[in-house]
Amino acid sequence: MALKKLDKDTIIAMVLVSPSILAVLIFVYGFIAWSVRVSLSNWIGLLPDYEFIGLGNYLGLLKDPRFHIDVRNTLVFTILFVGGCLFLGVGLAILLDQGLRGESFFRSLFLFPMAISFIVTGVVWRWLMNPAMGSRMSGLNLLFDSLGLDFLVNKWHTTPNWGIAAIAIPAIWQMSGYTMALYLGGLRAIPESLREAARVDGASEIYIYRRIVLPLLWPVTLSAMIILGHISLKVFDLIIAVAGKQVALDVPSVYMWTTTFDGQFYGRGASIGILLLLSVAVLVIPYLYQTLREESTT
Amino acid sequence: MRARVADAPRRPPTRAWLYILLLIMSIFYLLPMYVMLVTGFKSFDEVSLKTMWNLPSGLALDNFVAAYNQLAPHLWNSLRLVIPTAAISAMLGSINGFVLTRWRFPGADIVFPLLLFGMFIPYQSILIPLVQFMRTTGLYGSIPGLALTHIIYGIPITTLTFRSYYITVPKEMVEAARIDGAGLLETYYHIFLPVSAPAFVVVLIWQFTAAWNDFLFAVVLTSPENWPITVALNNLAGSQIIAWNVQMAASLVAAIPTLIIYIFLGRYFLRGLMSGALKG
Repeated sequence: MALKKLDKDTIIAMVLVSPSILAVLIFVYGFIAWSVRVSLSNWIGLLPDYEFIGLGNYLGLLKDPRFHIDVRNTLVFTILFVGGCLFLGVGLAILLDQGLRGESFFRSLFLFPMAISFIVTGVVWRWLMNPAMGSRMSGLNLLFDSLGLDFLVNKWHTTPNWGIAAIAIPAIWQMSGYTMALYLGGLRAIPESLREAARVDGASEIYIYRRIVLPLLWPVTLSAMIILGHISLKVFDLIIAVAGKQVALDVPSVYMWTTTFDGQFYGRGASIGILLLLSVAVLVIPYLYQTLREESTT
Repeated sequence: MRARVADAPRRPPTRAWLYILLLIMSIFYLLPMYVMLVTGFKSFDEVSLKTMWNLPSGLALDNFVAAYNQLAPHLWNSLRLVIPTAAISAMLGSINGFVLTRWRFPGADIVFPLLLFGMFIPYQSILIPLVQFMRTTGLYGSIPGLALTHIIYGIPITTLTFRSYYITVPKEMVEAARIDGAGLLETYYHIFLPVSAPAFVVVLIWQFTAAWNDFLFAVVLTSPENWPITVALNNLAGSQIIAWNVQMAASLVAAIPTLIIYIFLGRYFLRGLMSGALKG
């Protein structure tokens, strides 16, 4: 009797959950395998062509100057974006942890950009970072100029070679509040008794932060670096919204999109997609492995 | 709270500096909102790049009307996309999360890591097969095709969010229901579903925002008449014909739905972010 009941429940459970699991297996893992197959083909043009050409597309990217720009831009962007978010995030979290008035208001204020799409952010910052000079000056440059901060006036994303650095500014604007929230969670988890004990021993507040609080926040920093790092590898819409499709500001995700859907180079596009996946996997899988192991031991 | 009691009377000058720092940071986060608002409310005659930082002399709605006229069909497209996406995602997530909490099936140890990693993949790595699939099924270009995409790629996060919530339901309650003879479905309906409201809110908000703000899937999978708001806004911003002041107003119009959700349900929004990013 009990066995029969179990069987019925098992069948219901399978019926309920298998469509979703199948969908993920097909649409995520099956499609990844399919992309790998496309990346090993010479498919150019609208009609699929699966003729096997080995690693040709990947080797082509190694010699492709545009892909070199992409890798460099991604590196510059990642360092500035992750670094900026961590710096602002931990700073704001410590600031908000001082028991100031209006704490929850400011917390919401720093966090609200998270709710907005990268497209909206990009369109607005495109005007804030308007690079026009002289009589056509506007945006932040105009503001700097009228405040007497002329030395800050710059060409933003049109700066030769370093334009990608300007794209990190709206990205930091959008994601630093989130980083702050991660750090605030970490700060709140540190027992107050620990800090109290250090105070009793005569430690200064700065000493307490440097020697006790920041080291204890290391796990938060690590997760934040991985989450922000994988966002930065995937950055796409923000660049499109600020600057459109410019080779100077190209990154792999934009290259994949334009070469595949504008240029019809499906084989090359797939190989860029797979390289992106590999870079995200290298970053994320050790972290997920660690998280899952911790979860199963607790 | 604790620090206020101890420090406030002792070190007032430092605290003044802290507030100044807080205000400076607030300006950085508010600048884009300020530009969108002051530009949006200027009349067409008053708009000029030279005076873009000045306050408007009155509250004109020219820009918003122009922006709305440009975007109205796409706002509607976004709603048609986002509402079914969020609803179906939440129902699927709830059922999946429940079954995976209650039922240790063979292969469960493989399914969780696979689901978890599915949240992080760059969608460029599945984009070509996805387009081929949509073309073959005739869903290419349409809103239902885009909604289906968001629902499927949302399965990992919605399932795992519900699962991490359902794990906290006391075992005794489930055990008691089992002794009373409740089957799997009765257990879900009488024990899990009634306490699910917070998880539903988190997942609904998460999927609403994700689908509303998405650009990559939308730009690849929809035809111009079905463009959701993000693609239409980006297109508007790239055109030479639409003045920048209308673009500012349009940006605000595109941001308002998710901003409203954030303002009223912000703490759930945050919980969604945390569960999505940290624990999975």
